[in-house]
Amino acid sequence: MNRKMVFFLIGRILLLEGCLLLLPLAVSLYYWDGGQLPFLSTAVLCVGLGMLLCKLCRTDDQVIYAKEGFFITALAWLCASALGALPFVISGEIPSFVDAFFETVSGFTTTGASILDDVEAMSRSMLFWRSFTHWIGGMGMLVLMVAVMPNLSGQTIHILRAEMPGPTMGKLSPRLRDTAKILYLLYIAMTALELALLVVGGMPLFDSAIHTFGTAGTGGFGMKTTSLADYTPYQQWVIAVFMMLFGVNFNLYFLLVIRRFRSAFRSEELWTYLVIIFLATALISVNITPQIGNTAEGIRAAYFQVTSISSTTGFSTVNFDEWPAVSRMILVLLMFIGACAGSTAGGLKVSRVVLMFKTIRREIRHLLYPRSVTSVRFEGKPVDNATLISVGTYFSLYIGLFAAFWFIVSFQPGFDGVSNFTAVAACYNNIGPGLNLVGPAASYSGYGPFFKFVLSIAMLFGRLEIYPMLISLSPSTWLRK
Amino acid sequence: MRIILVGCGKIGVALLSVLVAEGHDVVAMDSRSDLLETMNDRYDVMCVSGSGADCEALLEAGVEKTDLLIAVTGSDELNMLICYLARRQGAKHTIARIRNPQYNDKSLGFLREQLGLSMPINPEFLTAQEIHHILKLPAASKVETFSRRNFEMVEIRLKEDSPFVGHKLEDLRGRFKAMFLVCAVQRGNEVVIPRGDYVLEIGDRIGITADRVELWKLFKTIGLAKKQARNVLLLGGSRIAFYLSKLLLNSGSNVKLIDTDKATLHKFSDVYPAIETELGDGTHPEVLQEARLQDQDAFVCLTGMDEENILAAYYARAQHVGQVIAKVNIDEMAKMAAQMGLENVVSPKAVVVSVVLRYVRALQSSMGSSSIENLYQLMDGKAEALEFIVSNEAAYTGIPLKDLRLKKNILIAGLLRDRKAIIPAGNDMILPGDRVVVIAGQQRLNTLADILL
Repeated sequence: MNRKMVFFLIGRILLLEGCLLLLPLAVSLYYWDGGQLPFLSTAVLCVGLGMLLCKLCRTDDQVIYAKEGFFITALAWLCASALGALPFVISGEIPSFVDAFFETVSGFTTTGASILDDVEAMSRSMLFWRSFTHWIGGMGMLVLMVAVMPNLSGQTIHILRAEMPGPTMGKLSPRLRDTAKILYLLYIAMTALELALLVVGGMPLFDSAIHTFGTAGTGGFGMKTTSLADYTPYQQWVIAVFMMLFGVNFNLYFLLVIRRFRSAFRSEELWTYLVIIFLATALISVNITPQIGNTAEGIRAAYFQVTSISSTTGFSTVNFDEWPAVSRMILVLLMFIGACAGSTAGGLKVSRVVLMFKTIRREIRHLLYPRSVTSVRFEGKPVDNATLISVGTYFSLYIGLFAAFWFIVSFQPGFDGVSNFTAVAACYNNIGPGLNLVGPAASYSGYGPFFKFVLSIAMLFGRLEIYPMLISLSPSTWLRK
Repeated sequence: MRIILVGCGKIGVALLSVLVAEGHDVVAMDSRSDLLETMNDRYDVMCVSGSGADCEALLEAGVEKTDLLIAVTGSDELNMLICYLARRQGAKHTIARIRNPQYNDKSLGFLREQLGLSMPINPEFLTAQEIHHILKLPAASKVETFSRRNFEMVEIRLKEDSPFVGHKLEDLRGRFKAMFLVCAVQRGNEVVIPRGDYVLEIGDRIGITADRVELWKLFKTIGLAKKQARNVLLLGGSRIAFYLSKLLLNSGSNVKLIDTDKATLHKFSDVYPAIETELGDGTHPEVLQEARLQDQDAFVCLTGMDEENILAAYYARAQHVGQVIAKVNIDEMAKMAAQMGLENVVSPKAVVVSVVLRYVRALQSSMGSSSIENLYQLMDGKAEALEFIVSNEAAYTGIPLKDLRLKKNILIAGLLRDRKAIIPAGNDMILPGDRVVVIAGQQRLNTLADILL
């Protein structure tokens, strides 16, 4: 393995993080809320460490392969999270490092699970940083690095592939750097649009920024314990619609920009995603309207919660933990499906679920008519067997790891099965709130430090789609002489 | 530039790696998605899976905005169709590989016009041409011509008995009373653009530029002036052999062909009544002896197997045949052959890459005040020789060369004015209307202005 190049790129990531920390620093200078020193010192530390690594590991042999790609991705996310947690610790607002690490990982992985019982007590710059990590993590920090840092050689595809969600990665333009730039431009444009719509709707600028970051990255950190319950219906609708939009594959937006409407609207994954949201909203509306008493409010609450969960954001306008069992069950199912590949969302991804169902159908047909030959088609094209096998393998691994995490977390005393199950599901799928003790009105503060760490790792596994973390944690990667 | 490359075979990949290194936006297309996956991993390109003759796939590759489409799939007909479709859908320029001899005669001009083809490339014919060049000047391992063949650049390797060895470059011209310039030297793996005080050593591979007449004079003086090969023995009745036979027979040489397949030999003698043929396996020494290998001026190995070509060439060299040329397709094999002492190794892949590169560079430079007329890769691609036409006044015209501030590793090797070649000295200047031959090591020139600091 090309260790020098791995650490060189990690150095680059830290440099980038140091620059990004200047933004919350500016916020703290504006509000003068005590965040100046923590952010400044962390930024200096990041830049210093980054420069040191870049200097020490400068090498002419810049070739990296798939293995390095996975490794760099996992290590970059771990390092960035560990350093990103420092402002919380230094400022004393989250004194324990494990708690701060959990919070930062939850931010970068766009999970939105929090250990804070009282969000309102946080200073403004810390709230800003917490939500800004969502925005960075949403599209991916390595994608950002490729977009802004010059002189990266051609093999960066391995890094991006490890970071971009979804079974396959499509390039939007011949050059990777341009692809990364296009993705970020689309991302920035949509973020700006949502911010404008919220500010026009009367939300204060700071609140709008926080919620826009949370929506764009499909993260879900808010600034109130009640999440979005206290905001107006217009603001809730804007956020709900944008949560849905950020769960769509960004390649489709690119197709819209270059005016290839037909290919954009022909996407099978998009329609499946929209149908899932529509069906779930309809079912839940019918189910909860008697409880809420007002049809319009019922539909709004249902739509908001459905888009929030299926885009793996995790905002809430009502405490859905008090909903009837059927509605809660639908939400748990949505947690696993997630949104489209190539979006900022987590979960299994709609395309994988569709492919799995199609494979099952083919398998059954094959059992009934053993001589038949059927090909699985997706997005209008036949899918080769290698992709189907990799989807199946991914699902097995996904379930296996889920069971492992659930098992480990079940050792935590005082938590029931539903809480543990949904806690792991919500972290693993990068959603945020679960049910019962980790419901929208509660937090993850009840878990012990070890379990918080395990849940943080689960979030990283989910965001990076298992393989980078699994490969980096396997001893054979480390023990090679 | 935006370039679409259809067909990721051997030549496709070679082109891909060069075009990406040149900094172009390349889209690779192939109907085999497993090939594309490897491309995607190795090069920074966009991959579109699908046949190039599929309009939808071409649109997905962005054909309407592409500057150049290169079709190098295995089939001539498919390549032509792809280029036609691409032209119709908005591609500005198209290059197709067309290798079948039946398209490469009089019908080619018609096809080209009808298909809107910018350039057909025929690797086998180009390779045959290159071999023919070498056979014409037996002492050189590579011959390139500039400005309609008035000015030449040759590569030779210095042997123990070479009179160049041990001399400074600045003394050479006076010593041999010829106007020539040593423009590039490869020593080991290093290629340098030498200065006047550079001393040549045994084993150096040097590039010489000179007027054709002067070059011949120089070769006579140093005893390298062997006559053009009259008796040429070809091994393997491949397409290259087919084109080469034609070139050689037209220039009056005697050609003898050895092949294992009787039908192939029949085909050759049908087309070229003057050719001598011999049935047999060229890797067997007896067969070569029977073909009087030792009496031949040149031996060219053109079978489909690299290994066979190398071994046969090696055997011929041991028999002291004047000139031995082997066609080798695989890069690694070519390197190995060079290490074994075979100087003249020709690779169709390298020839195509250099032709396409020349075209792409010229296309790119066509906007400036100077345009690339010719481009050759020297010393295994480590240096380049370019011929520019200066159309109007620019920052470098009208200034004595000694006052021009040039970049490192740049040499102005020749000025061609009014059909005469000038080996430039310090007081010469570049004037509008000149053709300028520039040697560049390790850098890319798009316009003549790029030579200035």
